[in-house]
Amino acid sequence: MTLFTKFFGATAALALTAGAAAADPAIIFDLGGKFDKSFNEAAFTGATKWAEETGGTFAEFEISSDAQREQAIRRFAEEGYNPIVMAGFSWGTPLATVAEEYPDLKFSIIDMVVDAPNVQSVVFNEHEGSYLVGMLAAMASEDGTVGFIGGMDIPLIRKFACGYAQGALAVNPDATVLANMTGTTPAAWNDPVKGSELTLAQISQGADVIYAAAGGTGVGVLQTAADQGVYSIGVDSNQNYMHPGSVLTSMLKRVDTAVYDAFTAGTELEAGFNVMGLDNGGVGYALDEFNAELITADMQAAVDAASAAIAAGEISVHDYMSDETCPVLEF
Amino acid sequence: MDLLAFFDIAVLDGTVRLATPLLLACLAGLFSERAGIFDIGLEGKMLISAFLAAAVSFTSGSVWIGMFAGIFASVLLSLLHGLASITFRGNQLISGVAINFFASGITVVAAQSWFGQGGRTPSLSGDARFESIQFPGALTRIRDINKADLPMKVYSELLSGHTIIVYMCILIVPLVWWILYRTRFGLRLRAVGENPGAVDTAGISVVRMRYMAVIICGVLCGMAGAYLSTGLQAGFVREMTAGRGYIALAALIFAKWKPWSALGATLLFGYLQALAIRPDILERAIGIRVQTQVLDALPYILTVIVLAGFVGKAIPPKAGGEPYVKER
Repeated sequence: MTLFTKFFGATAALALTAGAAAADPAIIFDLGGKFDKSFNEAAFTGATKWAEETGGTFAEFEISSDAQREQAIRRFAEEGYNPIVMAGFSWGTPLATVAEEYPDLKFSIIDMVVDAPNVQSVVFNEHEGSYLVGMLAAMASEDGTVGFIGGMDIPLIRKFACGYAQGALAVNPDATVLANMTGTTPAAWNDPVKGSELTLAQISQGADVIYAAAGGTGVGVLQTAADQGVYSIGVDSNQNYMHPGSVLTSMLKRVDTAVYDAFTAGTELEAGFNVMGLDNGGVGYALDEFNAELITADMQAAVDAASAAIAAGEISVHDYMSDETCPVLEF
Repeated sequence: MDLLAFFDIAVLDGTVRLATPLLLACLAGLFSERAGIFDIGLEGKMLISAFLAAAVSFTSGSVWIGMFAGIFASVLLSLLHGLASITFRGNQLISGVAINFFASGITVVAAQSWFGQGGRTPSLSGDARFESIQFPGALTRIRDINKADLPMKVYSELLSGHTIIVYMCILIVPLVWWILYRTRFGLRLRAVGENPGAVDTAGISVVRMRYMAVIICGVLCGMAGAYLSTGLQAGFVREMTAGRGYIALAALIFAKWKPWSALGATLLFGYLQALAIRPDILERAIGIRVQTQVLDALPYILTVIVLAGFVGKAIPPKAGGEPYVKER
């Protein structure tokens, strides 16, 4: 055998193994890391669920800095993974570049819209889910002041805040809604100390239910609320178990469903918009054994009625991102 | 306009809490820099101590064992900095940056393999965290405190209800001042940072003095980090120092490398951080709405003003950043 055929054979073998991987889906997590107990963890849960049900395998990657984004997508695209799912609004720009270079592959992006023929953009109606937990907050509040603590000050987080305020005011038109953001840099997602301080500040302004949409910072919010004996509301994943009896509920954003659906669709993934809202179970509030005693039957009935009304289009919740303003809350 | 609003008890209470880690880190930097070793690795040392303090507290169930573990880790990093910059005469800034990167990475990796909760430690409770100390008769819940009258508010919120580290900090500034200005050790330490050649001529080991300084720096940074994860918070979260090491460094320059001024500078910076959390109070006090970002940036702006020489001169220790070479 000549040297040439040896090399040829080796290359062919490589090509075959690469071909075997081609049908596998891949997921790339955002900076919070896949065990953030929140957004990324939900994505990971969805991927794991798919793997357990189908027995398939998937590739995954956690980036550790913003600079890795384009490189990470390109690596998976180069290896032929299909579809490639990425969780997080920051993937928009790099994906727009890479998606164009690999027209045969399918991509799915969560929380951002990328206009390309091979990209599925999954967006959530967080304002609707936040509206529901806002209602619960106002009903659980004793003196009518509820708080919101956001992570980084971006339109997406304001969308949470605005929906929450609308829900609270729908139940109690005299309610006061306090809203604070942790910061304006990505460090705001991981500053539980400042989260704690903001919580104390809101409690001293009278808040007795505080909703945290702040990634790792939320850990500090939930902890301080539990220490001070007030209610808190978790976000993205179900965080009720973290401080049973203190976490009133969690605003669920079914990122896991989005990832699961994308993986299930596989290479047949449909490009375009996919809006996950109350009508298709994309958002909601968490009710389990940890908060069963906190949510009364009346509260549950009121929220479920509102949920049905929103899904049917009878109540419309203003979306901050549609016009960058909020009618009920000033930032 | 209601200038009294600036003295809101809740904001002053937050100031005390937020200034404590800054003060400890600032004094840590003071020891190191006064001995001629620049240290921008304060952030990294705080971070590794925050992690190990929380991890060991959780495992052992005792916050004191945790704090000593945190201090131990911080001192190890200090010695590494010393090895690079004193023994091997490397660049002190580069060694400091390396320590920050190392701490940022190793804490997440170690926490992940130890607890498998995504680079954080489990929540601490009971003896595994510093509980706040309640003075007799003090109210504990903010909602009760809000209804109380002013003397009770000051007593319950401002004076009572902090962790032991905060109360220890009250003693630490006079102690540092006394060590630096009233002991032989302090005189030698300052001399090593100004003119190591003279100290060497007097027969005192420059290397030994500088190692002593970085070890003290490690201990104080370790306390600051342990306070973050076991006092202010109940557990470690990745990157939880969130730039406090750099603010402490800015405070050190602002304080012109003096202990009492360091107390003033860290209280001021802590106050600005606490005020940034309460835009409503600021609005009440000056009558206009100010973006909180302005307050977040103020510590750095003030430091630049001081560095530019507008408020007296900030002169760093003369031999700062220079490795000592006995003979050329």
